[in-house]
Amino acid sequence: MIQEEFAIGESCIHRLCPQFRIVGATLFSTVIALSDRLPTLITGLVIAILFVCLARLDSRKVFKKLTVIWGFLLLLWLIIPLTMPGQALFKLGPLTFTQPGVMLALGITLKANAILILFSALVATMSLAVLGHSLEKMGISAKLVLLLLLTYRYISVIEQEYQKLRRAAAIRSFRPGTNMHTYKTYAYLIGMLFVRAAERAQRVHQAMRCRGFNGKFYCLQEFSVAPRDWIGSMFMSLGIAVLLFLEWGGLIWK
Amino acid sequence: MHISEGVLSGPVLVSGAVLAVVGVAIGLKRLDYDNMPRTAILAAAFFVASLVHVPVGLSNVHLILNGLLGILLGWSVFPTIMIALVLQGVFFQFGGITTLGVNTVVMALPAISVYYIVQFLWHKKPSWMLPAAFFGGFFAVFLSSIILYAALMFTQDAFSEVAAVVVITHLPLMVIEGIITAFCIAFLKKVQPSLLIESGLPT
Repeated sequence: MIQEEFAIGESCIHRLCPQFRIVGATLFSTVIALSDRLPTLITGLVIAILFVCLARLDSRKVFKKLTVIWGFLLLLWLIIPLTMPGQALFKLGPLTFTQPGVMLALGITLKANAILILFSALVATMSLAVLGHSLEKMGISAKLVLLLLLTYRYISVIEQEYQKLRRAAAIRSFRPGTNMHTYKTYAYLIGMLFVRAAERAQRVHQAMRCRGFNGKFYCLQEFSVAPRDWIGSMFMSLGIAVLLFLEWGGLIWK
Repeated sequence: MHISEGVLSGPVLVSGAVLAVVGVAIGLKRLDYDNMPRTAILAAAFFVASLVHVPVGLSNVHLILNGLLGILLGWSVFPTIMIALVLQGVFFQFGGITTLGVNTVVMALPAISVYYIVQFLWHKKPSWMLPAAFFGGFFAVFLSSIILYAALMFTQDAFSEVAAVVVITHLPLMVIEGIITAFCIAFLKKVQPSLLIESGLPT
């Protein structure tokens, strides 16, 4: 279930210091999310695709990952152009597509895809352990990071428990349908998952106490900032500056 | 229940982020290191359980279970849900850096409300346990969709129809979550009452 497909790779993006990448991705996403002009958004999308190429990710896999948001975007396209008041762009039988509606839907589609592609290139290219330790180095609460890493550690274990329970249900000829029996079965299955999780938590807690756990996971990996990290961050800053200029440059001009 | 990136406006994203930071800070403050493994492993269980697809008519929905999680975890639900969202973002490439705050609030604020409502009802009348649990599961999803509706409406009036569709499509899920939460609480009471006692159930 859990794969970090993009985490391992050989590229200049993978070699870039994780903290720089996290900051870069956050700034890029924020700027794109707040932009409204089409030239900015298209440039943002181009920059995002450029980063994916630099990270040498499998473009088909990135494309497949994008489809998770397309359902919602399709809903927007089906509703907004038809319901938003404004000048009609074109008519299809009784349906009128308005110009502001189409522009809004187009803007959102560009934004959502650009941000997601950037995320794949900059953040999904590190493993979760690296992400956690980098966040802690960046000043995120140590408790939150510890919770993140512990949760990450136990998801695969709990998922195995879940598969076991599902198999047990399947062997007893459980076939899901829209009825009370199904919901009851799922509820008990989830309840059992919580029971086993709690038991395991107790054991883990005791084991951690025995080993003198003091509330911290030590990270042995060194994060040193090399000259290439500064070059990389310069390129990212340049990209952000271009987007800022395209979106709000006109205001300064005036 | 997610909102994609690129949809909401700046003020909505910022308000969501501020509320989420406050909620997470309270949650972390109340969470001591002895409770850390329990919270983390329940967070993992929540993450896995939310992948369960339940049939409804011809289609199926995946569970959210924020009501159940709120009842079991109290204020820790804020950090737990934020972490689940980060993990989903990385594993399924939902992304969600800019929407992390809003999405955390959409799911965790109803969960903590449900925690207080259910605690109140249980202490008032222990025999209301199951109806209260049903209400908790139902109300958490209801409140989540209302917050989502509000977030969309504050962004742009043109979203009114989309927002309405979001709320209406979640109606069946509200009932299912209510049923599942009630059965799950009944099950836990029989099998492992200590889990509920740790969450403040009157004994």
